[in-house]
Amino acid sequence: MDQAHWLPIIWACIACFTVLAYIVLDGFDIGLGILFAVEPEKHDRDVMVNTVAPVWDGNETWLILGGAALYGVFPVAYATILPALYPPIIAMLLALIFRGVSFEFRFRAETARSRLIWDIAFFAGSTLAALTQGLILGGLIQGIKVENGQYAGGWFDWLTGFSIFCGLSVVVGYALLGACWMIWRVDGDLQKRARRHAKTLAVVTLGLIIVASLWTPTLHLEYMRHWDVWPRILYVAPVPVLVAVLAVLFWRTIDSEDHHLTPLLCALGWFFLCFTGLGVSLWPWIVPPSIDIWQASSPPSSQKFLLVGTVVLIPTILAYTTYSYWVFRGKVGRETHYH
Amino acid sequence: MFGITALHLARAQFGFTVAFHILFPAFSIGLAAFLAVLEGLWLKTGKHVYLDLFRYWLKIFSIGFAMGVVSGVVMSYEFGTNWSRFAEKAGPVLGPMLAYEVLTAFFLEAGFLGVMLFGMDRVGKRLHFTATCLVSIGTLISMSWILASNSWMQTPAGYVIDKATGRFMPEDWWKIIFNPSFPYRLVHMGLAAFLCVAFSVGAVGAYHLLRDRKRGRKPTEAVRVMFSMAMWMAAIVAPLQILAGDTQGLNTLKYQPAKIAAMEGDWDSKTRAPEILFGIPNMKTETTDYKIELPFAGSLILTHDINGRVPGLKDFKPEDRPYSPLIFFTFRIMIGLGFLMFGLGLLSLFLRWRGTFYENVWLHRFALVMAPSGFIALLCGWITTEVGRQPYTVYGLLRTTDSVSSIALPGIATSMVAFVIVYFAVFGAGLAFILKLMSKEPEMGESGLDPRTPTRTSGINPGPAQGADSNVDIRSGKQSGHAQPAE
Repeated sequence: MDQAHWLPIIWACIACFTVLAYIVLDGFDIGLGILFAVEPEKHDRDVMVNTVAPVWDGNETWLILGGAALYGVFPVAYATILPALYPPIIAMLLALIFRGVSFEFRFRAETARSRLIWDIAFFAGSTLAALTQGLILGGLIQGIKVENGQYAGGWFDWLTGFSIFCGLSVVVGYALLGACWMIWRVDGDLQKRARRHAKTLAVVTLGLIIVASLWTPTLHLEYMRHWDVWPRILYVAPVPVLVAVLAVLFWRTIDSEDHHLTPLLCALGWFFLCFTGLGVSLWPWIVPPSIDIWQASSPPSSQKFLLVGTVVLIPTILAYTTYSYWVFRGKVGRETHYH
Repeated sequence: MFGITALHLARAQFGFTVAFHILFPAFSIGLAAFLAVLEGLWLKTGKHVYLDLFRYWLKIFSIGFAMGVVSGVVMSYEFGTNWSRFAEKAGPVLGPMLAYEVLTAFFLEAGFLGVMLFGMDRVGKRLHFTATCLVSIGTLISMSWILASNSWMQTPAGYVIDKATGRFMPEDWWKIIFNPSFPYRLVHMGLAAFLCVAFSVGAVGAYHLLRDRKRGRKPTEAVRVMFSMAMWMAAIVAPLQILAGDTQGLNTLKYQPAKIAAMEGDWDSKTRAPEILFGIPNMKTETTDYKIELPFAGSLILTHDINGRVPGLKDFKPEDRPYSPLIFFTFRIMIGLGFLMFGLGLLSLFLRWRGTFYENVWLHRFALVMAPSGFIALLCGWITTEVGRQPYTVYGLLRTTDSVSSIALPGIATSMVAFVIVYFAVFGAGLAFILKLMSKEPEMGESGLDPRTPTRTSGINPGPAQGADSNVDIRSGKQSGHAQPAE
């Protein structure tokens, strides 16, 4: 097989990994912002923010990488998806601005009132970022109207019942990740409350996963073709089974004093499995239902040039990101003053 | 609607968001290097004043950096939302470079920023210094990739155009990255970033020198060291920048003559051309009105030869000319500020020699009003080079009108309004926080991570325990707390 066939496949895998890395890493710190709504005490909020203060902008960098890599290796997809989803993308960017600066500003606010304003900005920015990311995902899954390689739909085509459902699901899912992150990184009453929130959020999340699994295949007939064809179903059947296995594990550890990390790993597992299921459905489209990864690709010379560096750099980045998390390991209490 | 098209708004929005964004990376590049130098000096000499200054500027850096990150996320997506046809055509060349910027620079900066900001007592001095250096190196790598991309749009090389799709296909990455104008732009921008920070730091030092004098207090060592370091930077870098600007001018004359003609306000190409010091270029009548000229200087400055030929805008078809009235002025503001910076540098050297460097009020006032000079010059230079590239996005090859997305006017107008409101609110608040931090003097035992009192008084947040009126007590308390620097 030639490189024009293989390079886009390799890049599709790297792109999936990038999106997944973003969801895994930034999901929980956006989730913390959403949970600000149920943690009214200033010192609790300080502890929550301090668990992610040293690492949040590294997490968000995966989103920038997603944009830049899409631009570089799938420029046709980049140039089609972004105009199609213009309003939710702009809203997401503005939300991330508020969220990002609130990390710094809320600690510098000198009056209770201005601190409250930046706490609200952090909560609202996080929630809106999660909601818009879900809208973007839903808008993409339900399909984008393309004619002559350009976006041909209207201004609000993305806004449907399905995309709103996806938006709300991501808010709930990120809040779950945030709660599970807190179980791992804080202790005392704050951790107890996090366990309680996590239980409620997990039930809702599992319900949403079931609805999404039933709803998505009805959008395009093509989405079903990987799921109900014998023997391919054998490869994908473990996905729903593993979701159930993780649910059992989650329930057995959520109230246990011996388990701090397991609930987070289970929640991340659900995200990973949903993402895998989605990948199986969408393959090989990058802009469903009309542009596949080969049509969207930049020339092999661009893909090769970037691949050489990526193969070396992504493991390096993962190594020093791990180091950074290791440096700031352990429970964060009220004594930990990063700011 | 009032003759405004989606293209106008797309350009206005891009210009607005980039103009805001460019200030933060420039600040981060210069300040990260300054912080690395301060920490290095502290490790080498063991003098606590350098650590105090490091911690003082670190707080300001953390705010500027956060604003740079969030405004940068916008840039990563705006090519697609507003300039999708440009993204599709130039994506194969520019996309991989921007992705390399993220992979080699952004992750490095973001990964070690946490250690740099919060890790001093967790990783030890040497590793912490390494983190500071890595963050600083990250900002420099980031600048290199961005300037390689931008320079390629100015002086494209190493590509072929695909006949069927009109896309730029990369042929020689070495030529793409090291395109003809890249080295000149890189040096010019790098020096600009250092000047931005030199004059910011100098102005903060000057402000505290003036205030101490008014209050009849002796300025602290930290204030004096800060002011002195900034003025050394000004004295050394400002003349270098004038040289760098001159060589970039020669390069632009060679590759983008229309831009030079528009910057100079010249209409007819001629030898022994005068330099127009002032005037108002008129695109309709094809003249520059009210001009004040310096004979022969145009040829001499631009070509380094009194008989050199200087291009005029009439050499180019009206639809290929950049809009001269804007860049004629931004160019002159940049040059004017450059010479003021040079003047301040010279004055500082002279007063050092006279021994009144820390006493001369006029020097301090001059340095104070020069606070924003670096940023204003940077913005003006950036407008000159970008508007001078018009009417093309890729110079001579891809027109701006063929680059814009096919998006509706109301949508882009709405997002424009949203960007303006959010940017002014958020970055206005950020600037207020930065100015607040700058208005406080660096203290001895700055940012005391005092191990005995584990409350939130660690400096970056001005908690209630750090009231300004109880300054003295806190200071002495902190000094003892700092007998053994945290390891």
